[in-house]
Amino acid sequence: MKRPGLGTALAVVAFLTFFLGPFLWQVLTSLWPDGELTRPWPSHLTGANYQSVLFGRPFLWAVLNSLVVATLTTVFCLTVGASAAFALAKLEFRGRGLLLSAALGVSMFPPIATVSPLYLILSAVGLRDSLVGLALPYTTFALPLTLWVLTSFFRQLPDELYRAARVDGCTPVGAFRRVLLPLAAPGLATTAILVFIFAWNEFLYALTFLSTPEKRTVPVAISLFASEYKEPWGEIAAASVVATLPLVVLTVLFQRRIVSGLTAGAVKE
Amino acid sequence: MPSVVVLAVVALYPVLAAVWLSLHRFILVFGERRFTGLANYAYLLGDARFGSALGNTVYFTAVAVAVELLLAVPLAVLLNRAFPGRGLLRASVLVPWAIPTVVSARLWAWMFNPDSGLINRLLGGAEINWLGAPGYALHAAILVDVWKTTPFVALLVLAGLQGIPEDLYKAARVDGASPWRQFRSITLPLLKPALLLAVLFRSLDAFRVFDAIYVLTEGGPANTTETLSIYAYKTLMRSGDFGYGSTLAVATFLGVVLLAAVWLKWLGREEARE
Repeated sequence: MKRPGLGTALAVVAFLTFFLGPFLWQVLTSLWPDGELTRPWPSHLTGANYQSVLFGRPFLWAVLNSLVVATLTTVFCLTVGASAAFALAKLEFRGRGLLLSAALGVSMFPPIATVSPLYLILSAVGLRDSLVGLALPYTTFALPLTLWVLTSFFRQLPDELYRAARVDGCTPVGAFRRVLLPLAAPGLATTAILVFIFAWNEFLYALTFLSTPEKRTVPVAISLFASEYKEPWGEIAAASVVATLPLVVLTVLFQRRIVSGLTAGAVKE
Repeated sequence: MPSVVVLAVVALYPVLAAVWLSLHRFILVFGERRFTGLANYAYLLGDARFGSALGNTVYFTAVAVAVELLLAVPLAVLLNRAFPGRGLLRASVLVPWAIPTVVSARLWAWMFNPDSGLINRLLGGAEINWLGAPGYALHAAILVDVWKTTPFVALLVLAGLQGIPEDLYKAARVDGASPWRQFRSITLPLLKPALLLAVLFRSLDAFRVFDAIYVLTEGGPANTTETLSIYAYKTLMRSGDFGYGSTLAVATFLGVVLLAAVWLKWLGREEARE
């Protein structure tokens, strides 16, 4: 490894400050004693903001709601997506490329374009203001991503495996279940992480379709965080850290996977 | 296989339904709903607020995507190089990407705070009301978008960089080409498809921006940060006007389709040339 030049080192420091600085400032703010926020530096650090966020507000419910919605969405997406991606990757049928492009097209829809009909549909079937009702539109929005990532993973598995399983007497479904699905486990994990993060972060649908305060998800709860006279910045910061720390840890741990998944979904060979 | 068809239907239906709704006068709270044909679209064309929302959206998209590219290319070149601490940089650029947009908007709102925000502190006690002053607010929103999505653009560019054969650089060095010359003559041209792809993804995404701006300013001050999605949302959910709100939503959709068509055509031409 070559010794980095001064220019490289400066660039690294600049980028690190730009990307991590705001987050670290948020962490510091969350530990800042209330009432001292106008001072240039806190006199001491405190956990009071965390205490009032976790126990003085219904924020933990929001975390739980988000967990439920994100898990449901991930399960839905993987169940539907795995078999569809298998078909797209390994079976010959007409219109394959068209379907993949269509899936990509769907992911480009502005969510706002579908808000009014979805609102009416979900109201009509009684699923508005319910967590399951939220996971359904999330699934349709995250499915294209699922398809792209999984299809590229299935493609990397050699065709011989599938053919060998068929020769040994497996049905297409059997070959998919017993041979290909286990081998695609890393792809499934990558997809699960990406879909989970998407569902955890989604805001517009959650804001529109949920009306009961107890059902709010994390982003909605954080956006509506207010007290009567002034913005409770310390508590907002604490809530933000609670909501993002799991994601940050997940991202750092599965960095390689996420990068490969993101680029597989975006850059097709 | 049937799931693919289901997907197409499920995803396509709401858009078609939105188009259908946009042909109605439909006020949710009054329960009023009647077919009015293109009346909403006629109104749209004369709606000054729509004009300014469209302008804001285009400006936001153009500036944000341009800045993101300008930052992402050097970042990707850096990430492609071997140096101690590369793993740390790689992991940390993903942090803004993983944070929910709403949270990052709140985080920046605190930094933009006129009284004790970090930015004014760093500016030596300036008292700029970043989110409350018309000229500043939209640029503040752009900064939030840049912070969050530059990493994603950099990753796309990095994938493009890794596809460039090392031999080309070796040959160029033998010919005595300077690093800058190598960048201009090898890296940039070969990177063009990856860059175009990044522009495609990012501009479609930026054009429908909602979360960040809604949390930062709700479209204020004086509607100077109101984008199409925000205007459509307010019309739909605050005024309960599903007819005109759907019209605005369809207009946003058409904008995205138009952008996609332009970029895809360009991308196709680039690929055909190779």
